[in-house]
Amino acid sequence: MPSITREEVAHLARLARIELSDDELDHLAPQLDQIIALVGQVSQVAADDIPPTSHALPLTNVMRADENIPCLTPEQALSGAPASEAQRFRVPRILEED
Amino acid sequence: MTAEVLEIEDALAQYDPVMGLEVHVELNTKSKMFCGCPTEFGAPPNTQTCPVCLGLPGALPVVNARGVESAIKIGLALNCEIAEWCRFARKNYFYPDMPKNFQTSQYDEPIAFNGWTEVVVDGETFRIEIERAHMEEDTGKSTHVGGATGRIQGASHSLVDYNRAGIPLIEIVTKTIEVPPAKAAAVARAFVSQLRDLLLALEVSDVRMDQGSLRCDANVSLKPSGTSVLGTRTETKNVNSFRSVERAITYEITRQAAVLNAGGKILQETRHWHEDTGITTSGREKSDADDYRYFPEPDLVPVAPSREWVEELRATLPEAPALRRARLQTEWGFTDLEMRDVINGNALEPIVATIELGVSASAAKKWWLGELARSANEQGVELDALPVGPAQVAEVQKLVDEGTLNDKLARQVFEGLLAGEGTPAEVIEKRGLALVSDDGPLIEAIERAIAANPDVVEKVNSGKPAAAGALIGAVMKDMRGQADAAKVRELLNAKLGI
Amino acid sequence: MSDLTRKTAAELAELMAAKQASSVEVTQAHLDRIGAVDGAVRAFLHVDTEGALAQAAAVDAKRAAGEELGPLAGVPLALKDVLTQEGVPTTAGSKVLEGWKPPYDSTVVKRLKAAGIVILGKTNMDEFAMGSSTENSAYGTTHNPWDLARIPGGSGGGSSAAISAYEAPLAIGTDTGGSIRQPGAFTGTVGVKPTYGGTSRYGLIALASSLDTPGPCARTTLDAALLHEAIAGWDPMDSTSINQDVPPVVAAARNGDVAGLRIGVVKELGGEGYQPGVEARFHEAVELLTKLGAEVVEVSCPHFEYALPAYYLILPSEASSNLAKFDAMRYGLRVGDDGTNSAETVMSLSREAGFGAEVKRRIMLGTHALSSGYYDAYYGQAQKVRTLIARDFAKAYEQVDVLVSPATPTTAFAIGDRINDPIAMYKNDLCTIPSNLAGNAAASFPCGLADEDGLPVGFHVMAPVMRDDLLYTVGAALESALAEQWGGVLMTKAPELEVTR
Repeated sequence: MPSITREEVAHLARLARIELSDDELDHLAPQLDQIIALVGQVSQVAADDIPPTSHALPLTNVMRADENIPCLTPEQALSGAPASEAQRFRVPRILEED
Repeated sequence: MTAEVLEIEDALAQYDPVMGLEVHVELNTKSKMFCGCPTEFGAPPNTQTCPVCLGLPGALPVVNARGVESAIKIGLALNCEIAEWCRFARKNYFYPDMPKNFQTSQYDEPIAFNGWTEVVVDGETFRIEIERAHMEEDTGKSTHVGGATGRIQGASHSLVDYNRAGIPLIEIVTKTIEVPPAKAAAVARAFVSQLRDLLLALEVSDVRMDQGSLRCDANVSLKPSGTSVLGTRTETKNVNSFRSVERAITYEITRQAAVLNAGGKILQETRHWHEDTGITTSGREKSDADDYRYFPEPDLVPVAPSREWVEELRATLPEAPALRRARLQTEWGFTDLEMRDVINGNALEPIVATIELGVSASAAKKWWLGELARSANEQGVELDALPVGPAQVAEVQKLVDEGTLNDKLARQVFEGLLAGEGTPAEVIEKRGLALVSDDGPLIEAIERAIAANPDVVEKVNSGKPAAAGALIGAVMKDMRGQADAAKVRELLNAKLGI
Repeated sequence: MSDLTRKTAAELAELMAAKQASSVEVTQAHLDRIGAVDGAVRAFLHVDTEGALAQAAAVDAKRAAGEELGPLAGVPLALKDVLTQEGVPTTAGSKVLEGWKPPYDSTVVKRLKAAGIVILGKTNMDEFAMGSSTENSAYGTTHNPWDLARIPGGSGGGSSAAISAYEAPLAIGTDTGGSIRQPGAFTGTVGVKPTYGGTSRYGLIALASSLDTPGPCARTTLDAALLHEAIAGWDPMDSTSINQDVPPVVAAARNGDVAGLRIGVVKELGGEGYQPGVEARFHEAVELLTKLGAEVVEVSCPHFEYALPAYYLILPSEASSNLAKFDAMRYGLRVGDDGTNSAETVMSLSREAGFGAEVKRRIMLGTHALSSGYYDAYYGQAQKVRTLIARDFAKAYEQVDVLVSPATPTTAFAIGDRINDPIAMYKNDLCTIPSNLAGNAAASFPCGLADEDGLPVGFHVMAPVMRDDLLYTVGAALESALAEQWGGVLMTKAPELEVTR
């Protein structure tokens, strides 16, 4: 029984917005299954009372003063844009409302 | 074919609405939440961006201290507990106006939680429980091009401006609001309206609903009256005025009731409120694509506000709204009924501002609940959207106090001001509205009135001084209202020797 | 004048300070070397000839005007293509970013420029630093100058290969699970991963934010320390940056006295799966350090065996989110924008076309690990293991000053050997990963050639947070003792590359 099915991989691809080909799905499912078996070893460590670590170092309260710093020019901001129009990023029609 | 919506009375006779509100407030910080870009509204597109808020590869966020401070103040004002330690989290989903395709937000560790506030509707006080208030960032803004309506449907492409991306937002989430069904929508409106007053008093936001700096999402579901059978809820977005809070919730109650009565099912979906047509339309159905995969933001370190800081901020808080209202009512000498009208009419803040400019409480109330409320109502806008503000009200009232205008003329001045005819002085000039204060023309008018009404004069002379009122009326009519009635009476009495 | 490209950065700096060579000459010599050998090595993705010469000329002008210059002013450097440099193509080894010219400098680049260090160009890497061989680069594999049929390590194979091929005396790498240290080990060079937060990540195209650390690559310990000092220190643009003075790394590299230093050999990092030649050189190096006066003991870090699985949950999780920004809307590759496809479809098509197999694999894995229903078992549990690993380190550092192990279980492997076996590839980083999870400082120093294949072996040193100086103490001691045996640093044993024009 694999830990991850082809259908689940297809679902993940939709979540991750990657249009995987059928061929890739065929390959990825068993590969991910193997990798998940490896990484699943973390569950062998009994750690109920262990706090999780999200950051490498225990820093807190790093903040900056509410001050302005110079912006990019609109030309710089748009310099990498695949398409632009009227000083805005031009994107294909959006299907879903946010 | 069943009706698309029920009458609200019919809906509430059969169902109890269950509501929750999520309010997004844009803070008025100088810079964005995680970078130093300015936050000015209406700047030319993409002139207020940098690698951070554009989500360029490599850029990193740094928290704006003022944003945290504002969040704590809002939390305290809503009687929340303030977290001793909390983290930001990434909310992962793809959307073109969101530069990183995750929103930096907070998840299970909000900075403020477990609060409450009270609102007054029709003299009755309702307690609203606050689930949480958390920090997050705004998205960019898309303009949809090529469609007939400027809406997303039918557009050929969209244009994105990231000036708004990264502006600090505080999301305030209520717990389920449980109030008598008939009051639900009004209570929701009152909550949002009072929240606005609170945010203004805290000076943390400009709260310009017309500019989207306060936005409300309303969750509504219905349960059959008197039962505890939970219904499926919808989330109505884009509810961006106090009136529309009430209207949208009312609409959603009547729509859901109609669907349920026709044997249909309510879909768990987001819906969009349309101010112009007064309806909500279906947005996006909730699905397994709404798996936001929250996890602690590794690029930002935890926020651990010291208790000293929290207490310092608590000490700066303005008076709680309920206490303030009670104090103002006493100071102003209003009855409960008068105060209720002020609150329900959303006129508290304009009246306070007007009184601060030297106007008496009764005069301020008279104008704001009279002339101005009527005009706002006719136009379907809030009082603060009118072209007349406290300064003009004070100016007009000053002219009344000086005797240049009477109330009747003052009303005409307001009419002119609302029509955009200029300053009070210009309106008076253009419309010729000033009172005649010279005795000469008044005495001439009195003489004409006496001559024209010998019967009245006789009545007065035969010991019925009250009859003189008719003469005053005649004089006023002669003067086309532009006379001070008290002055006329004084001169008339002198003339008639009474 | 002898070949400028054979000199260390410190020697070059001295020559230039004494006005016996100009930065333009030094830079041109390295550009020429790149021209001669990079066709075979393929360390560079982009050579910024004009920019480098202009920068060199500017340093020369400042020197001529008597301005005070930094200790490495005028010395050329190779920059890993994962750090932004304004106006210079930056791809992170991915097709998704082909042709992208960032409108801003990363903090590391700002500091390099301020130090007068001349940036020659951008070096090859595994796509988004995901890999241990550079075979995952969208622009072809870099070859190991010690044996062109072998990989140079990864992800920063380009940077390490560049210095080991004498194309640059210095390079910048970034280390998320070993991407500086493992290529260092494979190319016989020094690779240092500073303490997390000791060097700024601003402008480093993120792989895993809580692990990524930029650091120096060089042929000698002193050169690495000089570069370390130039780029390290607090950066207000990086919230995870440490607001403290940079540890005295240069002094430590010059001193190199290990007498009385307590060194712990990590029991769990060795044995089965480790190449005999690697273990032999490692143990000899430990012996050598003992002779130099260090106190060596064996230390156990029982949770290190879970470091690899924890890492391959934390990294893909963070990466899946960090790489979401590559959606074809604001920059980068856009595919399928034919006027009918929606933005959603164009995003999916572009990401499909722009990302390579390993990147997709890790995005999928991370998406899975964070998704509802799996978070606690995977990401959440991995974070707890991270705590346990940090505690293992803390406990060990109560007993010893530094920990040591081989840098890698094997020497450089052949191109194509492991590309189809992700798990074998992941196991390259067994020794290096724990330090990333704990945020420690760590480094790999050359300690000889394995008998089986004659390829370089790396000696791995781990030190507590902000004790980066201890790495250099050990590295310098080892380097001078070995140089005495060999009559020069290990690099002098590297075969000569065939020069083509």
